[in-house]
Amino acid sequence: MVRTYLLLAWTWLRASAQYPVSFALMTLGSFTLTGLDVAGIWIIFEHTESLGGFGLFEVMFLYGTSGLSFALADMLFGNVERLSQHVRAGSFDTMLIRPTGAFIQMATDRFGVQRLGRIAQAALVLGISLPRLDPPWSRMWMVPLMVVCGLVIFTSIFALGGALQFLLTDAPEVANAFTYGGSTLTQYPLSIYGGELVKGVTFIVPLAFVNWQPALYVLDRQDPFGLPYWLRFVAPVAALLLAVAAALAWRAGIRRYRSTGS
Amino acid sequence: MIEVDRVGRSFTVGRGRARRTVHAVRDLSFTVGAGEFVGYLGPNGAGKSTTIKMLTGILAPTSGRVRVAGLDPTRRRTALARRIGVVFGQRTTLWWDLPLKDSFELIRHLYKVDRADFHRRLDELADLLDLGGFLHTPVRQLSLGQRMRGDVTAALLHEPAVLILDEPTIGLDVVSKVAMRAFLRRLNAEHGTTVLLTTHDLGDIEKLCRRVMLIDHGRLGFDGTVDDLRATAPGRESLEEVVAHLYTA
Ligand SMILES: Nc1ncnc2c1ncn2[C@@H]1O[C@H](COP(=O)(O)OP(=O)(O)OP(=O)(O)O)[C@@H](O)[C@H]1O
Ligand SMILES: [Mg+2]
Repeated sequence: MVRTYLLLAWTWLRASAQYPVSFALMTLGSFTLTGLDVAGIWIIFEHTESLGGFGLFEVMFLYGTSGLSFALADMLFGNVERLSQHVRAGSFDTMLIRPTGAFIQMATDRFGVQRLGRIAQAALVLGISLPRLDPPWSRMWMVPLMVVCGLVIFTSIFALGGALQFLLTDAPEVANAFTYGGSTLTQYPLSIYGGELVKGVTFIVPLAFVNWQPALYVLDRQDPFGLPYWLRFVAPVAALLLAVAAALAWRAGIRRYRSTGS
Repeated sequence: MIEVDRVGRSFTVGRGRARRTVHAVRDLSFTVGAGEFVGYLGPNGAGKSTTIKMLTGILAPTSGRVRVAGLDPTRRRTALARRIGVVFGQRTTLWWDLPLKDSFELIRHLYKVDRADFHRRLDELADLLDLGGFLHTPVRQLSLGQRMRGDVTAALLHEPAVLILDEPTIGLDVVSKVAMRAFLRRLNAEHGTTVLLTTHDLGDIEKLCRRVMLIDHGRLGFDGTVDDLRATAPGRESLEEVVAHLYTA
């Protein structure tokens, strides 16, 4: 599966290498554009000492981990959101007659590395914040783990959004609200939101496990909502459950696929 | 090779009050044995493409049972893909932006075709279908006839036991059509590949198919040899007239 993914992605990369200038511009563009986010955070901290009880570098840590997970998921699997386009164009039929899962074919279709700009930017922010926060080494193992869990969670949401499009033709917007909305939401400490919302993103759409709960552990902070301590360690479980739900939904979607009349 | 047993497929279309059910295929049963060459005829909207989509695993049937090369297409879709070749005349299964040769290379990897087998097979197909002139051209720049030949090649690189074609001669000029037919006949005769094709061109049927199945409103209306088909409407000159008579009957 990994080999097939790499093969397809590489093929598309080679096909797009014909336009190196546009690639360079898009990468630079996404690096700069998302850089404005960070400028926004700095401006906030010009006027205040803390955001939801968290300092500048803590907020940058949250921003960096969420951004890294999201940008990776978006680059590797974000294309599955384009399902309804493929259905309408009939190219989804073509994917179903190949001996490879449709999900991988969707994910790699027109694979591009423009989002490397976003990934680099998020990694940079994380790289700046970590040494300043200087968390104990014994807690650092959580950092790569939380990025991977975030990647799985965002990918699952992309897949759920794709699966929804088997039923509704205009589902991309609904899915967008969860993926891009989820990415924006997790860029900031959840303590700036209301308790109801935070319960929702903890127990229903597990966005709190992208970075919030694991970050409380890394930063050794009290949970402002007083949720149990063990929640800090269940990100892998939450990610796995969501991934299983997404895989089932995707399969059910393919079963209900109607193709087009011509 | 192909078993279709009391298969139905319906679609719900429209919203609210205009909601209704279209029965694209109803209670369809037939079998196709290894090495057969079968033509699948029917007027527009008869259910031909829907049948083919169920045979290839694209659509799940609403009722009944389908087996192709011994597999249930819905449950074992990706395993089945290795054993069958599929061509849609109306659209390409190739990668639009890639040169033909790169598409073939990709197919070699996806279908895990041995490199030596692949080159032998590609040389043979490129020779028979005369692909030499445009192997390195991106698919989007190919003419319809060239693209169709590319698609047929792509469907056969993994040497499938069954070839399923939905309107493979649509839009081809006379020369390309004759070449495509000669190729398909040879494939069936020499490799014993089972072929099922849909077409609106009765020339394809006369030149190629020993057996014809005719579907209308989702039901099988006729299943027999071309001569049997002629005999259903004695006194009519051409096969066109015979078939037109059956469609309107
Ligand atoms: N995805 C779909 N949604 C709704 N209706 C569909 C769908 N696919 C097919 N149909 C309907 O099912 C019927 C059969 O369509 P199908 O495409 O199988 O016909 P066909 O025999 O291939 O016709 P043609 O010769 O025009 O290609 C038509 O009435 C069509 O409108
Ligand atoms: Mg059709």
